[in-house]
Amino acid sequence: MSIADKSTAKPRKLGLKERYAHLTRGLGWETTYQPMSKVFPFTDYEGIKIHDWDKWQDPFRLTMDSYWKFQAEKERKLYAVIDSFAQNNGHLNITDARYVNAIKLFLTGVSPLEYSAHRGYAHVGRHFVGAGPRIACQMQAIDELRHAQTQIHTISHYNKFFDGLHDARHMHDHVWYLSVPKSFFEDACSAGPFEFLTAISFSFEYVLTSLLFVPFMSGAAYNGDMATVTFGFSAQSDEARHMTLGLEIIKFMLEQDEGNVPIVQRWIDKWFWRGYRLLTIVAMMMDYMLPKRVMSWAEAWEIYFEQGGGALFEDLSRYGIRMPKYHEVASKEKGRLSHEVWATFYNYTQATAFHTWIPEKDELDWLSAKYPETFDQLYRPRFEYWKEQSDQGKRFYNNVLPQLCVTCQIPMIFTEPDDPKTICFRSTLYKGERYHFCSDGCKDIFLYEPEKYIQSWLPVHQIYQGNCGGATVPEVLNWYHMSLGNDNMDYQGSPDETLWNEWTADRHKSAI
Amino acid sequence: MTLEIKTTSLKPRRHTFANVARRLGADKPASRYDEAMFDLQATDIFHYRPTWEPQYELFDARRTAIKMADFYALRDPRQYYYGTYTIARSRMMESTEKNFSFVEKRSQMASIDPAWAQKIQDYLIPLRHFEWGANMNNSQITDVGFGTAITQATMYATMDRLGIAQLISRVGLMMDGGSGESLNEAKLAWLNGPMWQPMRHMVEDSLVVPDWFELFVAQNLVFDAMVYPLVYSEFDSVGQAHGAAPLSMLCDFMADWFDETSRWVNAVISTAAKESEENRVLLSGWYKSWAERAVAAVTPIAKHVLEDEGEAAVERARLTLENRAKVLSLTV
Repeated sequence: MSIADKSTAKPRKLGLKERYAHLTRGLGWETTYQPMSKVFPFTDYEGIKIHDWDKWQDPFRLTMDSYWKFQAEKERKLYAVIDSFAQNNGHLNITDARYVNAIKLFLTGVSPLEYSAHRGYAHVGRHFVGAGPRIACQMQAIDELRHAQTQIHTISHYNKFFDGLHDARHMHDHVWYLSVPKSFFEDACSAGPFEFLTAISFSFEYVLTSLLFVPFMSGAAYNGDMATVTFGFSAQSDEARHMTLGLEIIKFMLEQDEGNVPIVQRWIDKWFWRGYRLLTIVAMMMDYMLPKRVMSWAEAWEIYFEQGGGALFEDLSRYGIRMPKYHEVASKEKGRLSHEVWATFYNYTQATAFHTWIPEKDELDWLSAKYPETFDQLYRPRFEYWKEQSDQGKRFYNNVLPQLCVTCQIPMIFTEPDDPKTICFRSTLYKGERYHFCSDGCKDIFLYEPEKYIQSWLPVHQIYQGNCGGATVPEVLNWYHMSLGNDNMDYQGSPDETLWNEWTADRHKSAI
Repeated sequence: MTLEIKTTSLKPRRHTFANVARRLGADKPASRYDEAMFDLQATDIFHYRPTWEPQYELFDARRTAIKMADFYALRDPRQYYYGTYTIARSRMMESTEKNFSFVEKRSQMASIDPAWAQKIQDYLIPLRHFEWGANMNNSQITDVGFGTAITQATMYATMDRLGIAQLISRVGLMMDGGSGESLNEAKLAWLNGPMWQPMRHMVEDSLVVPDWFELFVAQNLVFDAMVYPLVYSEFDSVGQAHGAAPLSMLCDFMADWFDETSRWVNAVISTAAKESEENRVLLSGWYKSWAERAVAAVTPIAKHVLEDEGEAAVERARLTLENRAKVLSLTV
């Protein structure tokens, strides 16, 4: 029968869903000249069983014509704001120059992760067997590239006026504390495609994004950073798509085969804990780095994980999935996490590309009010002591390099789940070497895949082995591309502070 | 006459990021393309080998035999970053949408000679699977390629090929009254039709090519240079005599896209070829072996569509490709 005959026969029109299926998964085929196992070599080795890729429910039905149209519209608006921000010196409208340190953390710690996500999704977008999930991953791959690039363009203006932003990629790959986010994402990208999606789409995007992306963007909104918050709004609909993909992939794996349940559960346990440890920088940012605070870390954890995450895992329990292991430890830590971390960075600011400081009195009061059970008892006296020392010209810097956890690569600063006054140490012997961990969560992750984690490039070990430019602080900082006395040290006396005071001197005068 | 609005001007402490300044040789204002492209990918200090290819690092220059002193030399002359890319495509889509509604409103596809309409079904609609292969190949290069200069451009190409596959499908849906039958028929032709088997064989062989630069040459230079000029200009111009002018409107996107994209493909290949004699020899070898396959793959299709004129049309496309390869300094 010819096509000409058919067009006169008035056939039934396709519904939207069928039409979309034709435009996406209908494009794929079973290869015969090359075996499917060679075309798609990575879908079996993790042990996940997929019986029918067609059961995949497309989480969002977006064809390329609409994608180009919507995204171009968003880009036009975003770049109009970025241009106007630069033209009008929008950085003068932020609450205080200390805020920019949150931006520094974001550009050096988070933006490179967006880029890694882009490449990771390109990998899965090529290697999943089903065309439906592949297209969803490809769209996320290009979205993540968008986020990396728009963040760079947004923050480009800040780089012109503030320190610590000038070499983000280099710093991400070399600087000690940035090995935490770097190793997190490389852990995911070096895993198989299903674990990657569980790690990033589900644990990171779906479960934890409200605790990572949202606090930075809300912080920007609260602190007068119009450029960054506009980026945040612009990325919101992308993030919503990514979250739906995260939920869909989990349900898809769980529904395809019962044997997948324990594998997925183990990944959820691992990536919850990996993700939670990564969030320590957000905890400190929320409680210490925003001149105008949005909410405390403890409040955010309660709302977004204990309540929001609780409801999600309740929903997943029908598949046999339970709450991630050690979630209760995270809740026990919520009253101390940010304080332990800020104190650590305060100790080591001679080697960070952002400034730290002792909070002002009203800020200490805010912390006392938000953390009534821990702050005054455990942390405030220490900050007040450091303040006293600093006022006497004896600003404390710690010159002993800390021991790192082999898994999360954070210094061993966390305390026992039931005792906030004792540092938590765990260790194990593997092939005659002893490995150290900050927590049971990190130790479990190591024990399951020791061959992976013994490869970890631990910054402190590397410095001591002489692989980081030399044996002195200036040599290492030089290797980090950190500009001594500009990027690092206390905010007080920094070029950032001096210039900010000059720029805003008129404002102070007119206020008087 | 100009008006001057007074603004506060602050002296910037630096003009661009340090990595960009190092590449430009000085701290001077940089383009958005440069800031969003240079050094985005990690090049060293990797924590774990990929469990899926433990012989390599996550990003590893050794995944291709092509050697570059700096993979960031593979710049995109279009200077696309995400913003300029999506805006360019949405503009192209805007006029494409106008063309689709123009043709649809006047039911112009019905005025194509029935015999030629059948040929369109035969040669055009199965190409959606060819495009899907191109999508996979560019996604592969984005996955394992080295340096953001090349991998961001292949990311855009990945999405372009999905978009084109969907445009071809929409032509099919317009021709079959929205039933999807044309798409089902095209898939059967792609899978079993004798005319399509050399093409499908070639595409499937490309899906397992391990060297990403070879894949780039095969797909983005050779396959496309044999398919696009034949389908969107040779077949298209013969179709005019059979009332197929409306199809030209629907396929305008593809013709424009090919011209635009060829500039980028040329720049990438000539830069790599000029880097060293070893590169040039490798690229020439890949070009030759895939060009033979591609000529054989399009010949049965051209013969079906153009009958006696088919071989001559293939030869014209082959010659154009050969001249292009020569200009790119490949040995043909």
